[in-house]
Formats: sequence, C-alpha cells, structure tokens
Amino acid sequence: MTNSRFVYVTLIRTTPEKLWRALIEPEFTRRYWAETWQESEWKAGASWRLMIPGGRVGDSGEVLEIEPERRLVLSWRNDFKPELHEEGYSRLTYELEKQGEAVKLTVIHEMERSGSKLIEEVSGGWPLILASLKSLLETGESLEATRRWPEGV
Amino acid sequence: MAADVDKVFKALADPGRRLLLDRLHADNGQTLGQLCEHLDMSRQAVTKHLKLLEEATLVATIWRGREKLHYLNPMPIHEIAERWIGKYERGRLRVLAELKKQLEGETND
Repeated sequence: MTNSRFVYVTLIRTTPEKLWRALIEPEFTRRYWAETWQESEWKAGASWRLMIPGGRVGDSGEVLEIEPERRLVLSWRNDFKPELHEEGYSRLTYELEKQGEAVKLTVIHEMERSGSKLIEEVSGGWPLILASLKSLLETGESLEATRRWPEGV
Repeated sequence: MAADVDKVFKALADPGRRLLLDRLHADNGQTLGQLCEHLDMSRQAVTKHLKLLEEATLVATIWRGREKLHYLNPMPIHEIAERWIGKYERGRLRVLAELKKQLEGETND
C-alpha cells in the first residue's frame, strides 16, 4: 500500500446542521479542538487555515469540495512543524450521513505517500478531538483533555 | 445509545467476526478479496459478517477508485471501555495484562 490513511467513524446524536456548524464554526471548535479555530470563506477554491492560540497558523490548505451538511474536503498542510510541513499536502474528508436520530460522521485523513509522519501524528489526535466533539454535541460538555492548547507546542 | 451497544456486542459475539477484526488490526484498509485470502470462510459469509460489523460501526468502509477498503474503527470498543473501566483502573489492568503475557510466554498477535 502506497498511501497513508486514517479512517474514523462515529455516530453522534445530533442533526447534520448542528454537526456541520460544530465542524467549522470557531465558537464550537475552540471548545473541543484545543482552542483552535478555522478561517475560510467555505466555498470551493477558497483558502483555509487552522489557527492556534496566539494567532499562529497551525495548518493550511484549500477547500476542495463543499456540500453543506453532507461533505467537506480540504487540502491540508502542517505549518508549524518543519518535518511535517515538508511532506506537503494531505487531504481531509468529512462525510455526514443522517442515520435515524443520529448522524454518522466519517473522517478520512490521507496522504499519497507511505509512512507519512503527518498522518501518523493526526491519527493520535483525531480520536480525542472527535470523542470530545461527540461529547460536546450530546452533553454540552467537551472533554477536559481537549479544552486547552498544549503548552510549549 | 442502548441499541448501538447491543449491535456492538452482537457483532463481537462471533469468532469469525472477531477474526476479521484481528486481520484488519494487523493490516488496516483491506478489500473484500484480500480479507478472504487464507480464511476458512466463503466469500458470502465474509460479506455478511462485514455488513454486521459495519452496522455496529466496528468497521468503516471507504471507496477509493474502484476498490472498497475496510478499516477497523476503534470507537465503539473505546466507548465500552470508557463506560466500565475507570481511568484509575486502566493502569493497573495494563500491568496485570503485561504480567499475564510474560507468564504465559505470549505469542498472540
């Protein structure tokens, strides 16, 4: 296999509309995604940035595909760790699918190279962020471990 | 979500399905054809098992080109662990599991 790929599925008791907002709006992401927020016009071809506290750019790329409440595809390059930055662009896909009273969220983060350090690193981060997102939408509280940007990073 | 937990336990209750999860754990992102290799199960049986595993979200599938790839999704098992195994017990259980492995000369992977 020549690709590096992270795949994750979670069922969240919410609506596609709320989940969509939670994935892109700063007032949500700050709470479950370590105080980070995203800046974009959210249309195909627009630039996209993940901002980290202090105003640094964490990751950046472009909106490749966008279908509100259903599908979002971003190109994604790390901007604050040189060894990850030099790997270039990865691709992140969110798919939302209503299933009864819940929404099935599929997250695919992949890169066309084997043994990508970026994919290895995000594979450790996504499960915690997504568990926290689920908790926030279902209970109103995100997970403690994801509420602050880690010191010294 | 009681119904979902039922699905997970039901899916895990079959040795054939657990074997498929083990195969994905060893090598994630396989096609149906790859999963059927070296297995003592018909293609139809594997397909049926995978469907149940997918409904329980223990397996996630994605299409890449003309290939449907199967991935182990650890979320449901993680949630079960979180529910019954407190954060303080986890460390102790890991130590005991290590001890058991060493005493039994573990070769299981």
